[in-house]
Amino acid sequence: MLTQTLERQTTWLDDRLTLGKGSKKLLNKIFPDHWSFMLGEIALYSFIILVLTGVFLTLYFIPSTAQVVYHGPYKPLDGQRVSEAYASTIDLSFSVRFGLVMRQMHHWAADVFIGAIAVHMCRIFFTGAFRRPRELNWAVGVTLLMLAIVNGFLGYSLPDDLVSGTGLRIAFSILLSVPVVGTYLAFFVFGGNFPGTSIIPRFFILHVLIIPAVIAGLIAAHLGMMVHQKHTQFRGKGATEKNVVGSVAWPTYAFKTLGYFFLTAAVLAGLAGLAQINPIWQYGPFIPYHVSYAVQPDWYMGWLDGALRIFPSWETVAFGHMIPTIFYPAVLFPGITFTVFYAWPFIEDHFTHESRQEHHLLDRPRDRPLRTAIGSGVLAFYFLLFSASATDVLANFFGISLNIVLWSFRILVPTVPIIVGFVAHRICKELQTWEDVGERKRPTIILRSADGSYVGTTADYRPGDEPRELEPEPVPEAVGAHANGASTPELVGAGAGLAAPSQASAVPSGVLQAPRAPRNFDGGGGFLSNLRPRRQRD
Amino acid sequence: MSDTLEERGDGAARQRIDDPHLSLPIENDRRMEAIIAGFLFVGLAAAVVLAVGYSLAWSEIWLGTIFTISLAGFGIGVTAWGKYLMPQGPFEEPREELSSSAEDREVFDATVERGVGIIGRRKLLVRLLGAGSAALGIVLAFPLLRSLGPRPGNSLFTTKWKRGSRLVTADGRVIDASFLETGGVTTVFPEGDAGSAISQTLLIRPGVPGSSIVTKPGRETWGPDGYVAFSKVCTHAGCPVALYMEETQQLLCPCHQSLFDILSGANPVFGPAPRPLPQLPLYIDADGYIRAQAGYDEPIGPGFWYRGND
Ligand code: HEM
Ligand code: FES
Repeated sequence: MLTQTLERQTTWLDDRLTLGKGSKKLLNKIFPDHWSFMLGEIALYSFIILVLTGVFLTLYFIPSTAQVVYHGPYKPLDGQRVSEAYASTIDLSFSVRFGLVMRQMHHWAADVFIGAIAVHMCRIFFTGAFRRPRELNWAVGVTLLMLAIVNGFLGYSLPDDLVSGTGLRIAFSILLSVPVVGTYLAFFVFGGNFPGTSIIPRFFILHVLIIPAVIAGLIAAHLGMMVHQKHTQFRGKGATEKNVVGSVAWPTYAFKTLGYFFLTAAVLAGLAGLAQINPIWQYGPFIPYHVSYAVQPDWYMGWLDGALRIFPSWETVAFGHMIPTIFYPAVLFPGITFTVFYAWPFIEDHFTHESRQEHHLLDRPRDRPLRTAIGSGVLAFYFLLFSASATDVLANFFGISLNIVLWSFRILVPTVPIIVGFVAHRICKELQTWEDVGERKRPTIILRSADGSYVGTTADYRPGDEPRELEPEPVPEAVGAHANGASTPELVGAGAGLAAPSQASAVPSGVLQAPRAPRNFDGGGGFLSNLRPRRQRD
Repeated sequence: MSDTLEERGDGAARQRIDDPHLSLPIENDRRMEAIIAGFLFVGLAAAVVLAVGYSLAWSEIWLGTIFTISLAGFGIGVTAWGKYLMPQGPFEEPREELSSSAEDREVFDATVERGVGIIGRRKLLVRLLGAGSAALGIVLAFPLLRSLGPRPGNSLFTTKWKRGSRLVTADGRVIDASFLETGGVTTVFPEGDAGSAISQTLLIRPGVPGSSIVTKPGRETWGPDGYVAFSKVCTHAGCPVALYMEETQQLLCPCHQSLFDILSGANPVFGPAPRPLPQLPLYIDADGYIRAQAGYDEPIGPGFWYRGND
């Protein structure tokens, strides 16, 4: 029944779109099974959730700095003059049912989105997945990271609260600091001198339409390239440079990944419901001569904030022109950061010349000690800058003077990364000498025999720890579920690597029509088995 | 898996059907199905409760929690379905080299070259098209970029403070010499421009009435009756320098912790700020109101290219 309807639908589509040819490849796409391949998926799902929750927010948010008097359920603000942007965000939080959940979910999703991108990027870096042929996709990824950070900043600037207003003031000053064109840049972006009235509507359209559209396009390109070039994979039983080994897209991987989408959404909804984020009613509306204390920007801006705090005051004046001190930490430094990120595959290749061949097998980080050392050092560097964005909090917490904290960071930021890199290098070298590193240890059982001698034997594997027994095989044409222990197997397979079940074995293999499923099976056959067996392709 | 592997000896036909690549990674799939059904049911039930809670306007914490339970129910259920009730392989897919074959490449190159040849024959047209579109691009940049905002002009060099401006508070109250006690501080604006972001100024009274605060040579008259005034816009990145510390007579910018020493003319003594806060020269008029002797003698706030040496 089900199979027949499905078949009719797929046939209908295939008659019009030649679906069969391409979908076979897509449905049989192989996804390597390794937890680290899930990081990019978390980023993708966070983005989808950002779009869904963001659309909800746009229905209520008013991008305007026009002043209104707030009247509403949040009594401490009642009667105060605030901007429409601020008032509408307060209303969204207190007067729209489910609004606070949606708003907080949006904000948490932004934080998780950028975090997932960053960790995903680490995976790509430390395993060398950026090498030929994937240099372009690395560049797309770096662009995505940059746009995500920018859009996050634009987003939390929208509610026009005191914290975001202070951030905007700093952003204006940063634009101002660019040599030659800075003043024009700042005035054009803000529509005049700070604060003006244009910035929130302008940031709004960038935030909800333009940048998300670019991000969506780049994500499509990113995934398209990934499908075309196929996944990288770790070395393991059967994995070579000439194949991909893992689980099949349809239905196994599709279900796992749909499950991960729900799980990501669940974590974000949990945070949204239980963990307050950006309580703008506590910060108050933006007033240009007010400022809030001990507020940090969202985490992904921390490295820039830290750089602004610890960079010395090097204002240079020459020939009647000035290069303001914040130009170095806030413009030049991120500029260099992203240039190096973009260039990394080419920098590395300059020394290794690995681009002469394609690389689909991943490096274990310990096998590339220098790269791992550089990566660890760079991570330590940005982590320290991130910590430096909390100088005041740290000084308060440890009861030491700000001066000591500031100077500690000025010393630690350039030195610790070198030490970390050195230590990482040593650890890699050390690990290389260990043959079975990474494998679960099996206990040795020592028995003393009656005559007092000792015999040591290695204990059995614990269930699940055994080395993989199976050689990878091409996906059979029909993938069904096998009911273990059931008297009749519910499984039908035909085509390469798998003979037809006995009930259907009358059909010679290699013909276009694959065997029908036995009566008691309604999950296989159909769509997949209508496709030509793999080996008949050419 | 173990189940199928044990069956391997049964005979060839059976073994093919029970290809372990397609078998389940668990022993008892009926039990797993029941467990998964349980999770999916939780997802469904929580969705229904969410609808009820929504219509009864439960608090956002409850709505968020129930929403989470629903999503987690589906999430765990569907993941487990994919992980335990579907074949796990390992499967393999061949990988072809990405580069096209030599012939394809030759054809590709030749095709591109053919086009380039056809185009390149018309040198005049190529140049006109190039020059024309470049010109159009530059011309369009003007309306598209230029309209975005006014030219900075001298707006970064001035504030609304003028000779004789009376000091007012943010809500417009005029400030006279008795407004602050010793050790007091308030934010002031030039009369008529209360609340302005660029004119915001800190009025501080570090001295006692009658004393005169001299922060630097040449500023002998700027601090009458124990008062001094500095621009409140930080010279680092423009935050309001909001915190006055009376014991040390310092101002702290909360953004990146620059410290300014009031009595030496708001010199930066700590942190990333590069320059002192500009000082506003004050005087007290015949009616006892505090006024500015003049506007600031240098641009306020963070640096910019055209600022030069003042
Ligand atoms: C590219 C990924 C995105 C990121 C990183 C992001 C991030 C943010 C952040 C951090 C906020 C501040 C929320 C708050 O705490 O108030 C925000 C607000 C907002 N976002 Fe997004 N967002 C993204 C995409 C979108 C999309 C696609 C839309 C709509 C189609 C959208 C619509 C909005 C609206 C209307 C607000 C203002 C409402 C409010 O402040 O509560 N966002 N965004
Ligand atoms: S803005 Fe004042 S210290 Fe940075």
